[in-house]
Amino acid sequence: MRGATPRQRPAKTHRVMRPSASRVQSLPRLSPRIYFRNHARVLMATLGRLYRNPVNNLMTVMVIGIALALPGTLLVALDNLQRVTGGWEGGTRISVYLRTSVKDPVPLRAELSGWPEIETVDVIGSDQALEEFRRLSGFGDALDTLKENPLPNVLVLTPSANHSSPEAGEALLQRLQKLPQVDLAQLDLEWLKRLSAMMELGRQIVLAIGTLLGVGVLLIVGNTIRLEIENRREEIEVTKLVGGTNGFIRRPFLYMGCGHGLIGALIAWTLVNLATWQLSEPVQRLAGLYAGSFQLHAAGVTSGMLLLAAGTGLGLVGSWLAVGRHLGAIEPV
Amino acid sequence: MIHFDNVSKCYPGSRDALSGVSFRIPTGQMTFLTGHSGAGKSTLLKLIALIERADRGQVIIDGTNLNRVSKRQIPQVRRKVGVIFQNHRLLMDRTVFDNVALPLVIAGYGHHEVRGRVRAALDKVSLLDKEQARPITLSGGEQQRVGIARAVVNKPPLLLADEPTGNLDPELSREIMILFQQFNQVGVTVLIASHDLDLIRQLRHPILTLKKGRLESAPGESAQ
Repeated sequence: MRGATPRQRPAKTHRVMRPSASRVQSLPRLSPRIYFRNHARVLMATLGRLYRNPVNNLMTVMVIGIALALPGTLLVALDNLQRVTGGWEGGTRISVYLRTSVKDPVPLRAELSGWPEIETVDVIGSDQALEEFRRLSGFGDALDTLKENPLPNVLVLTPSANHSSPEAGEALLQRLQKLPQVDLAQLDLEWLKRLSAMMELGRQIVLAIGTLLGVGVLLIVGNTIRLEIENRREEIEVTKLVGGTNGFIRRPFLYMGCGHGLIGALIAWTLVNLATWQLSEPVQRLAGLYAGSFQLHAAGVTSGMLLLAAGTGLGLVGSWLAVGRHLGAIEPV
Repeated sequence: MIHFDNVSKCYPGSRDALSGVSFRIPTGQMTFLTGHSGAGKSTLLKLIALIERADRGQVIIDGTNLNRVSKRQIPQVRRKVGVIFQNHRLLMDRTVFDNVALPLVIAGYGHHEVRGRVRAALDKVSLLDKEQARPITLSGGEQQRVGIARAVVNKPPLLLADEPTGNLDPELSREIMILFQQFNQVGVTVLIASHDLDLIRQLRHPILTLKKGRLESAPGESAQ
């Protein structure tokens, strides 16, 4: 019948009815002061609600926290991997192994430094290499039995920026190979390509897991808010009866969803940092075994902010979905 | 203030709750609505509070045709109508103060104004000393008075009450009715649904009588 009402309304009565209709034009826009006051009230009420019902809320935020911590940890791991490999990815390097007959690498180094294709030249002298090998390999005693140093001098070259493409690198390699002092020139490009492909794969996996768990968080928040709406059905009905707008009724649930998301993200951030802190020593030991000094980096401020924003956003969207689905169904009777 | 024009309302699967009801209640009048249970009293009040919509006919409140009120506009209309329920409909997890403050909070009043108005309303129903109590700890009559305070706190021009004395003894019922008379004396239009005929006959206000969804008697100026 309600649908039929407009048809019963001829155009001429429209004009007659206008003054009365204008009285119920939607509510006047709230002044900013009242708007903020309303929001502050809801914020306080939401905090009170979280505080008064700690067990249920703790369960929810823990679940959200764990769901967010997993992709968060993977992201931090990926970030650290990138730091390790970043140095290598930046410029290709060419290792030039000199013939053992070349005792002094310095003249060649000076020559190569003059080439426009080459940015830097580092020397790993055979003595230095032997010393390092002795220290790290554990074959020190065996090495002592050798009469002379079997290791060659090595020059490590970094191509200059405009010669670092694979083709230019290949050409440079050819040129180096032709030098009489050079035994072998090696461009480590293949494994770099493989590494970056693997990193890309890792990123995709993190993205997929993150998306799935994000959907999980949406569902968790949605379900929690649905239950909350169910619990507060009477309050919603009474509020509607005394003239509460949908926005007013929706607000505490959205705040609650955001609050859950935010606290969940804080928990996730704590978990991620606990994990990095716990792993940092084993990682350092491992790096030491590989003759590197590598510091495990915790989730930085940016990724922390990202995590918090993601949690809050997911909480907001989840609660919005729940509110949209369930709030309209509650009308006072 | 209230104008029903040939209003009918039918719930699915039952006979008409209201059929062809027409009457007019002028502004500032206190009116009783009576009839047996199931006669349509509650339905009539629900139409005014926009809890239900009429199937046929027009309901016009304070110049506003409720047929033309969209869903979004409902809150605006309801803020001008204070409703009192037989079962009070108080929020048991909040204090008396918070219950009464609800309409003011919804309207966005400031802290001080809320406090002042709530105190005034509670004072009016003689419950000022109970403002921090939980409604559950109050007696039936006290709970009803909290409900009244909540209905009048934002000074609506129209008060509706659905069996406000339904569960109260005669003495308390009388007190509640006198309270309504006091609001009426300051210009509020009051419509009270009640089947307590003995009490309402003593109070000398116009009476609308519903019988099986039809208006049986509409004395004096209330008829049309």
